[in-house]
Parts: sequence; C-alpha cells; structure tokens
Amino acid sequence: MSVPVLETRDLTIRFGGHVAVNAVSTGFRAGELTAIVGPNGAGKTTYFNLISGQLPATSGQIFLDGEEITALPPSARAQKGIGRAFQITSLFPNLTVHENVRLAVQARSRHAASLTRLWSSHREWIERAERALEEVNLHNQRDTLAAALPHGDKRKLEVAIMMALEPRVFMFDEPTAGMSVDEVPVILDLIAKLKARGDKTILLVEHKMDVVRSLADRIIVLLNGTLSADGDPAEVTASAAVQEAYLGVAPKRGAAHG
Amino acid sequence: MIGKLLSYDPPKSRVLGVVLAIIVLGLALAPFLFPGAAAINTAAKICIFIVLVASYDILIGYTGIVSFAQTMFFGIGGYGVGLSLYFLGPTWPVLALGIVIALILGVALAFVIGLVSLRVKAIFFAMITLAVASAFLILATQLSELTGGEDGRTFRVPELLRPGTKLLEAPLFGLEITGRIAAYYLVFLAALALFLVALRLVNSCFGRVLQAIRENESRAEALGYRVVYYRTLASCLSAALAVCAGVLSAIWLRYTGPETTLSFAIMLDVLLMVVIGGMGTLYGAVIGASLFILAQNYLQKLMGVASAATEGFPLLPRLLHPDRWLLLLGVLFVLSVYFFPTGIVGRLTQRARK
Ligand SMILES: Nc1ncnc2c1ncn2[C@@H]1O[C@H](COP(=O)(O)OP(=O)(O)OP(=O)(O)O)[C@@H](O)[C@H]1O
Ligand SMILES: [Mg+2]
Repeated sequence: MSVPVLETRDLTIRFGGHVAVNAVSTGFRAGELTAIVGPNGAGKTTYFNLISGQLPATSGQIFLDGEEITALPPSARAQKGIGRAFQITSLFPNLTVHENVRLAVQARSRHAASLTRLWSSHREWIERAERALEEVNLHNQRDTLAAALPHGDKRKLEVAIMMALEPRVFMFDEPTAGMSVDEVPVILDLIAKLKARGDKTILLVEHKMDVVRSLADRIIVLLNGTLSADGDPAEVTASAAVQEAYLGVAPKRGAAHG
Repeated sequence: MIGKLLSYDPPKSRVLGVVLAIIVLGLALAPFLFPGAAAINTAAKICIFIVLVASYDILIGYTGIVSFAQTMFFGIGGYGVGLSLYFLGPTWPVLALGIVIALILGVALAFVIGLVSLRVKAIFFAMITLAVASAFLILATQLSELTGGEDGRTFRVPELLRPGTKLLEAPLFGLEITGRIAAYYLVFLAALALFLVALRLVNSCFGRVLQAIRENESRAEALGYRVVYYRTLASCLSAALAVCAGVLSAIWLRYTGPETTLSFAIMLDVLLMVVIGGMGTLYGAVIGASLFILAQNYLQKLMGVASAATEGFPLLPRLLHPDRWLLLLGVLFVLSVYFFPTGIVGRLTQRARK
C-alpha cells in the first residue's frame, strides 16, 4: 500500500473536561475518498478543524507527506495543499461571487501579494475563477454579492472556493446540507469527477448514507470523538458501530441499511 | 482610458458621478473661479484632506483596522519636510530629502506598530496607536529646539512656490499667476495622482485580499493568506499615503506645528469625514472631506445670512446665530450618520443598485 498523504497520530483535543477528538490515528491516501460518519457532536467537524488548523491540538500529531504540520497556522497548511469547505458556510459576504472564487485562485499564486503587479489585469486568474463557477453552475450569478445568494447557492460557492484553491487534500464538511433535492446532484457529480481524477485525497463528512455508499472507497466512524470503525463501505455500513452511530440521526432503526 | 484611470471602479451611481465631477472641476479651477486667499486655502485644504481621509479609509474601511495614529503620519510628513526646509534651506533637493526621510520614518514606524500589535485583538491595536500617537505629540512639543515646540516652525519653500514669485508677466483670465498659484496646482495635481494610486491599490488583487480579511478573517487565513502580513503591509501603505498628505500640507502652509498636523482634533475630523462620506469606498473620502471642510469654513457665514433672513420669526434667528455654528455642525453630523449609516456614497450606490 502507498504511504498516506495525510496522517493523524493520536490526535486529541480537549475542551475543558470534554474530549471532542480522542486519540484518532489514521491516514488518508491519494486517489482515495474517505467518508467520515458519526452522529451529531461526534467530533467530525472538530477533527477537520484540527487538520486544517482552525483549532490547536491538545496532543498528537498531523503529517502531510510525512512532514509534521501540527504547529503550522492555517495559512501555511493551506499553502501546503490542504483545502477546506466549511459546514457552516464561510464566505466573503460583501464581495461578489466571482471575487470570492478569484481570491482562492489568487491564493495559490506566488504573486498573490505582489505590489509590483498593481497594474496587471490577471486575465488567467479571472478565467480560472470563471471555470470554477461553471463547475457548480453559479456562473450566471457572477456579479451577485455572496451575501445576497440563496442558501443553496451559498453552499455551492463554499465548495467552488475550495475547488478553485486546487488543493491536494479536499475536506468536504456536509457539502449538500440544506440544499434542495435538485441542487444536490451538481455537488455529488463534482465530487465524483474529482475522485475520478485519481490523484486527490478526499475527506467527506456526510450524513446521507446513500451518498456515502455511492462515493466512498472507505468509511471511518467517529463516536464521541473516538475512531470506532474503519473499513470498506459494505463492511462498515453493516457493522454494529454504524447502526449505533446512526441511532440518533436516522429516523428509523436500520435506516443505514437503506 | 477613463476606466483605466479609475481602475475600473467608476462611481456606481449617476448622482455620485456628477457630484464628483463638480468637485474635481471646482478644485481644478478654484483659483480662477473663487478668487481670494480664503477660498484657495479652503480648496487646498480639501485636496490635502482627500488624500489623508483616503489613506485612513484604506485602513478602516477596506482592511477593517481601527487606528488613531493617522494624524501622526500626517505630522511626520509635515515635520519631515518642514524641518528639512527650515534647517537646510528652501531648495528642491532639500524638499526631496525631507520627503524621503518622512516616508522612511513613517513606514518604519507603521511597520513596527503593526508587527507588535496586529496579531492580537483589534481593540489592542487601536489602543497602541492611540498611545504611540500621544507619545509622538508630546515628543514633538517637548523637543522645542528642533520642532519649535507648541509654536511649530515657519519655513520658506523653494522660490517657484513663494507668493512673491511672479510666473507670468500679464494676468491670466484676470488672475495674477504667482508662486502661490503654482503651489496650489502642485498640491492639486499631487493629490489627484495620490488618489488615483490609492484607487488602483484598493482595486488591485492586493486590495481584494484586504477586503477579504475585513469580510472574513478566518476564511482568508484558510485560503492561505497570512493575515498579519497583509494587515501590516496595509498599515505601512496607509501610513505612506498619510505622510504624503502631510508633505502637501507643509508645502501649502509653509508652516508645521502640533495643532495643524498632529492634534487629536484633526484625527476626529478625519474619522467624521470617513463616516460621512462612506467607509470602504474611496469616493467617500472625496465627498466627506469636501463637505466637512466646506461646512467648517462656510457654515458660519451661511448662518449669518439665515439668521438675518428669519428676522421676525420667534427663536429661529437666535438658533441660527453664527455663534452656534458648532452646535449646528454637530446636529448635521448626527443627522447624516442617522440617515446614511453607510455614508453618503454608500447611500447613493445602494439607490443605484435598486
Ligand atoms: N470551539 C469549541 N469549544 C468547545 N466545545 C466545542 C468546540 N467545538 C466543538 N465543540 C464540541 O465538540 C463536540 C464535537 O463537535 P463537532 O462540531 O465536531 O461535531 P460534528 O461531529 O461535526 O457534529 P455535526 O454532525 O452536528 O456537525 C461537540 O460536543 C461540541 O459541542
Ligand atoms: Mg460538523
């Protein structure tokens, strides 16, 4: 087996007495889509926050390509190729849709901060941003302020920003939550296409088990911050851990089996 | 062409465009349209404050940093040029030297303040700037051998810019073309150029990152932008622009002193101009500075007229008595902030959007 691109070792965070992520050790390989499931409050988002640097680990380590990144600030981790789409939509509300995405395109460039290029128009950045918007079907709202978008479009923009960043590790945190039924396929297609490229490491937090089963190469289950199951989709969905995990979420017992 | 000059960020409403055009034309032709020392003084002050207010808006409106040290950088520009000319003689090379010294000092100071305090809470940064600016004010008044203390320094400018210099034999359109007129146009053109550079800056990719930081700091960080770096750079650039405004002020007044450049009264004026014009839009600086300075200079006269006109009505003439001009100014501010919370420019562009 190839070495993992991203790896966490005994990763732990404690909020006061509450251990939100408890000694999680696992790795994520290139070309692999791992779904992370677990009931509300299991620590999935917190685990993401530890990886992308929004929260500091209480103990444990994080490695990207074998290099330890545990102490790096979020900006440095992003520059090394960790991309994040947030569960709670996090946009630049008073900038246009296009500007939101272009900021991500620009962030990858060495010249992002350059003052010597004040007068250049950066055509290629603009075009790359436009392509990212087409991928999520937002190109017609190019000049709308992000704050003025309906909820579903905000979710799409959230994803488009990460896509435009072109990271090596993609972290989707419930990307389709709150979207209307006809909007969901756009996002799922996009994730499927991303997976088909075969060289990206994809982490997906998702409650809808049918989505998880159709996309995931592997499922890990978090329960109260602890990694409680890890394996291929068929195996894990059938296991007791998942049924237990989804007791609180699924309307009926056994819903995880579909 | 015009689009490029305005960095593809033209005024977004027709009313605003017309008002701006009137202001720019008015300032461009001020010496010819409004003869007299008082009028040209007012026009020059408007030019200078447009630059100062724009520099402040880059910080507070575009990047979301609250600072109280903008007049300190304004003062550094004024003192840098003023003291150089005073001690080394009124020549162009000395003027250039003064500008370079002031820019280096101002930017270095902004860099240090930024590095020390921009990574922590916004309120802490505001407090630090307040403390440093107070210290600088005290320093400038205490070092009286150098700075002239409370009295400041009166100095001479290069010959071309002196009132006594006659540049044309015959008057042009009835106006004597003296060094004073040359000085005015130097101030006007420099202010125009600085404003356009500022406009380019905020509309560049760099400027967009500043806005992103203002809008959502943690998201900007998650995209890979080092927020502290951008904030520090923004405050250095803003300081440089304020230094330039101070230089223009010194050239125009041929005087530099704590009252005219460093005082917190001016800081307060600048703050009000930004708020009235509209934060986060450089055109707000033009509107805010023009309106405020015109009110400051002409409200008293206007009230005299109004007071005389309302003679015979009860109470009104006494309320409108010229001595109450500060009261009326205060009321106007409260009203304008109440009715245009996003500033005048903010209000106009909102209307245009609908
Ligand atoms: N910054 C914080 N401070 C204190 N407690 C926190 C913080 N962030 C998360 N928690 C707690 O950690 C636990 C895990 O939260 P987390 O958001 O990671 O859950 P989740 O698995 O993403 O749930 P959901 O499915 O609802 O999104 C929760 O009990 C939450 O209250
Ligand atoms: Mg979550």
